[in-house]
Amino acid sequence: MTNLMKQRLFWPVAMLALLLIGNLIFEPGFFSVELRDGHLFGSLIDILRQGSPLMLVALGMTLVIATGGIDLSVGAVVAISGALACQQIAGLDDQGAVGGVLVAVALALLLCAGLGLWNGFLVGVVGIQPIIATLILMVAGRGVAQLITDGQIINVNSPPYKTIAAGFLASIPVPVIIAAALVAAVALVIRRSAFGMLLESVGGNAGASRLAGIRSRRLIIIAYVACAVCAGVAGLMVSSTVSSADGNNAGLLIELDAILAVVIGGTSLLGGRFSIAGTVVGALLIKTLDTTVYTIGIPPEVTLLFKAVVVVVLCLVQSPAFRARLSRRQPAEVSA
Amino acid sequence: MRSLAMRNKYLPVSATAVLLALMYGIGVINYTGFSDTQVVLNVFVDNAFLLVVAVGMTFVILTGGIDLSVGAVVALTTMIAAGLLEKGWPPAVALPVVLLVGATIGLGMGCMIHFFEVQPFIATLAGMFLARGLCYVISTDSIPISDPFWVSVANKQIWFGGFFITISVLIALAVVLIAAYVLSYTKFGRDVYAVGGNPQSAMLMGLRVGRTRIAVYTISGLCSALGGVLLSFYMLSGYGLHASGMELDAIAAVVIGGTLLTGGSGYVIGTVLGVLVLGLIQTIITFQGDLSSWWTKIFIGILLFVFIVLQRAVTRRRR
Repeated sequence: MTNLMKQRLFWPVAMLALLLIGNLIFEPGFFSVELRDGHLFGSLIDILRQGSPLMLVALGMTLVIATGGIDLSVGAVVAISGALACQQIAGLDDQGAVGGVLVAVALALLLCAGLGLWNGFLVGVVGIQPIIATLILMVAGRGVAQLITDGQIINVNSPPYKTIAAGFLASIPVPVIIAAALVAAVALVIRRSAFGMLLESVGGNAGASRLAGIRSRRLIIIAYVACAVCAGVAGLMVSSTVSSADGNNAGLLIELDAILAVVIGGTSLLGGRFSIAGTVVGALLIKTLDTTVYTIGIPPEVTLLFKAVVVVVLCLVQSPAFRARLSRRQPAEVSA
Repeated sequence: MRSLAMRNKYLPVSATAVLLALMYGIGVINYTGFSDTQVVLNVFVDNAFLLVVAVGMTFVILTGGIDLSVGAVVALTTMIAAGLLEKGWPPAVALPVVLLVGATIGLGMGCMIHFFEVQPFIATLAGMFLARGLCYVISTDSIPISDPFWVSVANKQIWFGGFFITISVLIALAVVLIAAYVLSYTKFGRDVYAVGGNPQSAMLMGLRVGRTRIAVYTISGLCSALGGVLLSFYMLSGYGLHASGMELDAIAAVVIGGTLLTGGSGYVIGTVLGVLVLGLIQTIITFQGDLSSWWTKIFIGILLFVFIVLQRAVTRRRR
């Protein structure tokens, strides 16, 4: 049991299970998943589907944090991506044309890659501290999103675009498939190539890795580009969910939730050590937390308090210092 | 090596000062009325609360930490102050109470960071959720402040030679002076720099790292609460959405002022210059006048970028 508790993922998973069971007590049908018209429905599926954008943003954020950086601009990138895609689609003669929608999506993701390149350039080449370098795009990015939409909320009516958030493939929701595919792809690249190890080495000590012959600049830039593209995909999902683009409010404060998800998953903000699986659990945990608030019927104004309490409790049980303090009271359990 | 480091330790602050002067010069050339002294004084009047909050943030960042809760604590302070005054509490009681609440939140986060080794970013993020959450528990609406003391302090203008400042500016300047004194001339100040420079060696030297670390978060909480009081003078209301994003303004001000986010190096005077830079950017935008809200955001981003890159270029040569 003590060995199990020392596992990095034990506490986040335990907390997730606790929240799910709490939901089950308040709503007995919570775990039921049914097949309706060949589509999967249920609260658990909802958590997965609504959690997909956050999971993607957190996935990209994990790579950036692994290099010892941080990306505050992801919320703005979410807004920009949705804004450009919707603006392009709104300008189509036939909004139902799959080709046109694909071009719009590609353009949006290309722009996001450019924005990531910009962040990576500032951090890796110019050498500005990540939190400040990405703050620039965080501030200016919302302006850019509004510029694209001309300050309006752009509504689109495009069935192919709607598919990104509301579609089903083999009875599984499309956003879940997209998120799972990207997570799998990143995990594969990281664990099947040297990329993950190089990222960790750059995060551990960028200067030393460069002296050891690792192109740390290029790795840092790749991490920021990947992060922005992931945020871009999340932005497409967010705007597709509501079939509109809102430059002001899309992805608002998602950067904080994403960072929280990454840290809950056991990745250190100091860089050099990261866990993709942890991030996935972290993102699911945060989304379940949001769902729990509705299920248990917590009044909206107390939501943030509830979140604060859960975060504090989770951080404390994960903290080795806290556990050491607890076990000091039980000398029998202390082992060298 | 050491003398070289000593000679150049003021370089980042000087760079900020020079660039600030440059920015002011560009404003004077391009906009009529920009050279009026009152324009500069208004930057102080409009940013007194940010100055106080940023000074508290300077302490935290000097130890290598970060405090994301400041904006939320500012909002909570305006909310509690407005709520208590509405219930008829005298200002002499309400004022200490809100300052105490801010300091307590800071203390709690400091303890979490020190005793349980929770990362500052996360501990203060939890503090941010907590403070904003408490705001909405008190009320989801804006609460106006009509207390005579509050209103009189808010409206008091101190005139000298045709120009005026407010009481908030005096309080903010007092905080700056106290902070500068504490950091430069007291043992605690040296501890702060030592902990930020290298916590390990600070501990081996016998400095009380834990106490210093907890103290800086308490100071930051206290400064946020005081900043909240100043904001409530400025707004004459308490509202849960006040000061949203102020934590980033404060961090930006500290960093623009030449303080390293990794800790151990920087000055309060740099933070003052940083706040002036942000304030002057706003002023230039106001004088420009014809920017739509999105161009304003883009323009702020561009100016921030130019400033940071220039500062980087100036200070890079020292290595």
